[in-house]
Amino acid sequence: MTDDFIVLEGLEKVFQVRRKAGLLRRERQEVRAVDGISFTVARGEMVGYIGPNGAGKSTTIKMLTGILTPSGGRLRVAGIDPSRERSRLARRIGVVFGQRTTLWWDLPLRDSYALVRRMYRIPEARFRTNLDRCVELLDLGRLLEVPVRQLSLGQRMRGDIAAALLHDPEVLYLDEPTIGLDVVSKATVRRFLSDLNSAEGTTVLLTTHDLTDIEQLCKRVMVIDHGRLMYDGALGGLHEVGESERMLVVDLERELPPIDGIEGTRTVRTEGPRQWLAFPASASAAPIVSRVAEEYPLVDLSVREPDIEDVIARMYTGR
Amino acid sequence: MAEVPLSRGTRAGLPPAVEVPGESALARALWGVRAYGFIAAMWVRSTMVYRASFAIMLLGSFAMTALDFVGIMIMFSHVDALGGFSLHEVALLYGTSATSLGLADLVLGSFDRVGTRVRDGTMDTMLVRPVPALAQVAADRFALRRLGRVAQSGLVLCWALSGVELVGSPLTPLLLAVTVLSGAAVFGAVFVVGGAFQFWAQDAAEVQNSFTYGGATMLEFPPTVFAKDLVRGVTFVIPLAFVNWLPVLRMLGRDDPLRLPGWVDFAGPAVAVACCALAGLAWRAGLRAYRSTGS
Repeated sequence: MTDDFIVLEGLEKVFQVRRKAGLLRRERQEVRAVDGISFTVARGEMVGYIGPNGAGKSTTIKMLTGILTPSGGRLRVAGIDPSRERSRLARRIGVVFGQRTTLWWDLPLRDSYALVRRMYRIPEARFRTNLDRCVELLDLGRLLEVPVRQLSLGQRMRGDIAAALLHDPEVLYLDEPTIGLDVVSKATVRRFLSDLNSAEGTTVLLTTHDLTDIEQLCKRVMVIDHGRLMYDGALGGLHEVGESERMLVVDLERELPPIDGIEGTRTVRTEGPRQWLAFPASASAAPIVSRVAEEYPLVDLSVREPDIEDVIARMYTGR
Repeated sequence: MAEVPLSRGTRAGLPPAVEVPGESALARALWGVRAYGFIAAMWVRSTMVYRASFAIMLLGSFAMTALDFVGIMIMFSHVDALGGFSLHEVALLYGTSATSLGLADLVLGSFDRVGTRVRDGTMDTMLVRPVPALAQVAADRFALRRLGRVAQSGLVLCWALSGVELVGSPLTPLLLAVTVLSGAAVFGAVFVVGGAFQFWAQDAAEVQNSFTYGGATMLEFPPTVFAKDLVRGVTFVIPLAFVNWLPVLRMLGRDDPLRLPGWVDFAGPAVAVACCALAGLAWRAGLRAYRSTGS
């Protein structure tokens, strides 16, 4: 038996959208929100799932949790078909929706957690152990008696994460867990997730717009656009796939016409004596530097690494 | 593919956090009822935090529904009988139907929020919990202040009973109770169907209200003041007539305007059960539609 905990094979979700086309006529249009995605996630992995708005991230999460029924393909989480056995799966997964709370607006956190305990039928001792751990690590001690509506966004998010973990889920899905949080709250949430993954072995799948989340948490990243998987691998590998470029910035003795004729580079900008030369991220900078030094009056230089956000932005628009 | 075992390596020493409950329909239903109970209890506790506000809302609910009946009384200050019915008899019609509606509203009054929940996405949070969505929606924002309506209509019912002479057997009080309860079940079924309908049309809460609250108002008047076709439509399209017209007419010793066979008067509980079954199917269909469209 393989330990592929989450298995997607050619997963599809097609929505029928009706649009007004004239006074009475309505056009039906197919929107392929998820268009044949396949991947597997092993137990204990921590995976980032990124893509622009409307790329199909949330739709995928909704299918993984059993909220949405797939239109095609095969899907298994812990051997369970989520859409068919939604409530049985519910006991084994935790879900955090960044944009909306799963807590009860008017109830203090403590009461919300009591309700969660009864819904998931968590044994009392286990519940207390888990709650104590979450309260300590997520710094919820002073917030337990506060009604959810009085919590700040960051406090509420921490409260939500704790609520999703009280029943010891084997996998935790987080849809935009750091959206709208301040730097301190983001750091707390990231540290907690990282500890959870390494200490408890909980499988974590998170969607985000914030690449810092991915850089700090996930060894593996999946990029999705227009319902298709564009990339699946280490964050660093994105540079090669995304054909990203490094930048050699040179300061010359005086203002000169743009540097030309050095193989594998192109001058993208000049500003007085300073010039910017782009070259493939996979190429070595050394021969380029030595040729510039031979042919031009070089004063100073620096090499700038490509910005991962630019790389991904190029992937989104590059098709 | 074999199912991955429940316990994790890191926690192998501890018992599994959750026992997998029986998957039979009965076990699920019982679990749903239990879940309804503890969610509703939590809402009651949370409203009791603001006792004064609760008392005012309760009084308000009582007063609003009382005005309803004051309207009928004012009408009777100008006429002695409405369609051949006396004030006490109308009060009996009013009391039974309003009590039924009040009970249904108390237990299932949150179904008009399904559309809102679908729009703001909180429906999704209910679907990832191991409690039937029906129970969660029903118990959502359980409001004890709705007891105000039940109390007011119960009082009217008692007053009506003091002024009319019921014909029939010693079982008549039992028939009255059964009538009120099956009426509540029928209204409850309409609430659930209305909630299910909102999965398709998210602004349908008002359509639903015109059926339930509008239907209730109609039942508060004697059937002879309405046109025959309308009466027939109500009997068969929405079996709200079973809520009180037919049984109460029987209790008052009157003939029903449609001249249906006598056993129909006692079909209330059967109709109530049928309505609840239909409502259950409608809810399942609605949920299935939601889960395939996500909107």
